[in-house]
Amino acid sequence: MIVIVDYGMGNLGSIQNMLKRIGLAAIITADLQIISDAGKIILPGVGAFDNAMTRINNSGLRDVLDHKALVEQVPVLGICLGMQLLTQGSEEGNLPGLGWIPATTSRFPNTPNLKVPHMGWNLVHRSTRSKITEGFEEEPRFYFVHSYYVKVENEAHSILKTEYGVKFDSAIQNGNICGVQFHPEKSHRFGMRLLTNFAEL
Amino acid sequence: MLRIRIIPCLLLRNESLVKTVKFGKFGYIGDPANTCRIFNELEVDELAFLDINANKERCEPNYNVLADIANECFMPVSYGGGISSVAIAERILKLGFEKIVLNTYSLTNPSLITEISTAFGSQSLIVSIDVKTNFWGKQHCRGRSGTENSKRHPVDWAKEVQQRGAGEILLTSIDNEGTWSGFDIELTRQVTDAVSIPVIANGGAGSLQHIGEAVKIGHASAVALGSMVVYQKQGMGVLVNFPDEKKLKAVID
Repeated sequence: MIVIVDYGMGNLGSIQNMLKRIGLAAIITADLQIISDAGKIILPGVGAFDNAMTRINNSGLRDVLDHKALVEQVPVLGICLGMQLLTQGSEEGNLPGLGWIPATTSRFPNTPNLKVPHMGWNLVHRSTRSKITEGFEEEPRFYFVHSYYVKVENEAHSILKTEYGVKFDSAIQNGNICGVQFHPEKSHRFGMRLLTNFAEL
Repeated sequence: MLRIRIIPCLLLRNESLVKTVKFGKFGYIGDPANTCRIFNELEVDELAFLDINANKERCEPNYNVLADIANECFMPVSYGGGISSVAIAERILKLGFEKIVLNTYSLTNPSLITEISTAFGSQSLIVSIDVKTNFWGKQHCRGRSGTENSKRHPVDWAKEVQQRGAGEILLTSIDNEGTWSGFDIELTRQVTDAVSIPVIANGGAGSLQHIGEAVKIGHASAVALGSMVVYQKQGMGVLVNFPDEKKLKAVID
């Protein structure tokens, strides 16, 4: 069973909707017991970094997530802010992230003609082969909305890259733990492919 | 770099989709959720829904219809109509809409622009500007589905909504809407050149060439399509469709 972790950050219904559309059952929950039994975990999120980490740290979720990701090593997919939480920390906040993937999160620099947030459809380019990015056709594109971007320390953990003023890591992976900066649930055909791949891990 | 967005802009009236000509003369198009399903298949990159009755009737949005729409949209989707408070905006965003569209209440209560932008971020707020040309050739912004003249000038108002926190502008020419005769390119260019936020050109698209003009001459960041994506051809029957990706690229790149 895929569990979409509800820690009070953002609308989660659209992720569940897309999984349903591709024939996959998923539950949205904050229940630690159900999360402990999850076969796969999706960590979504929209909002501020410290706010998200505080909720995770103070709800008892942190221990459960660490156990699932690092000990049981079930597949984990962080989406948007959920991906940034996988890194060591963000310029947006002071709290350390989950630190499961050696990477940092920074704010887009102010560049003339490039608006922040980076919002809209953009292309992704494969940097390292991964099962979750298999089967993409030519010019895969995804829907992004974010003001902070992730940069990995070890290039082997970068699986997709995107350009917007800077070249950043739009998808990262360290073993069973993956993160995507874009919103697969709002990226029709391409998002369905990626979520199908994740479900098959 | 980001793609130029081509956005079907669909009009809700009660529980149905309709299409108008110059904001009047309603033609029935079909069921909203079913139309979303077709646009999913067509792999449209963004959708906009505007309820053209909510403000006239001075009522709140029809949340049941909106929930059905949100459940069917696997692309970003925005909604406008009857949003008079931050609480209503929040309810719409929670249903799964990415963006709120404000028109009437931005004109009658401009501080609402800042309130919504502060609460949810400017990326979640589109201010819609409906422009009508009067007998003497002067252009003004109108509210309540074109029925109320605010006497505001489009370029001045565009600058003001940007300064108040709008993330995008949906710019509609009432005179051209539903006519298939092309966008008001002069108006579009004046507004796009006056603001730095993205402007979506709307009203009048009838051909691929019109889309190219809005982007290249009008400097629009995005283009909204109405009649073109719900009718087979001008004067013909309903057919939900979307221009071919390659043909679009040829006119906007």
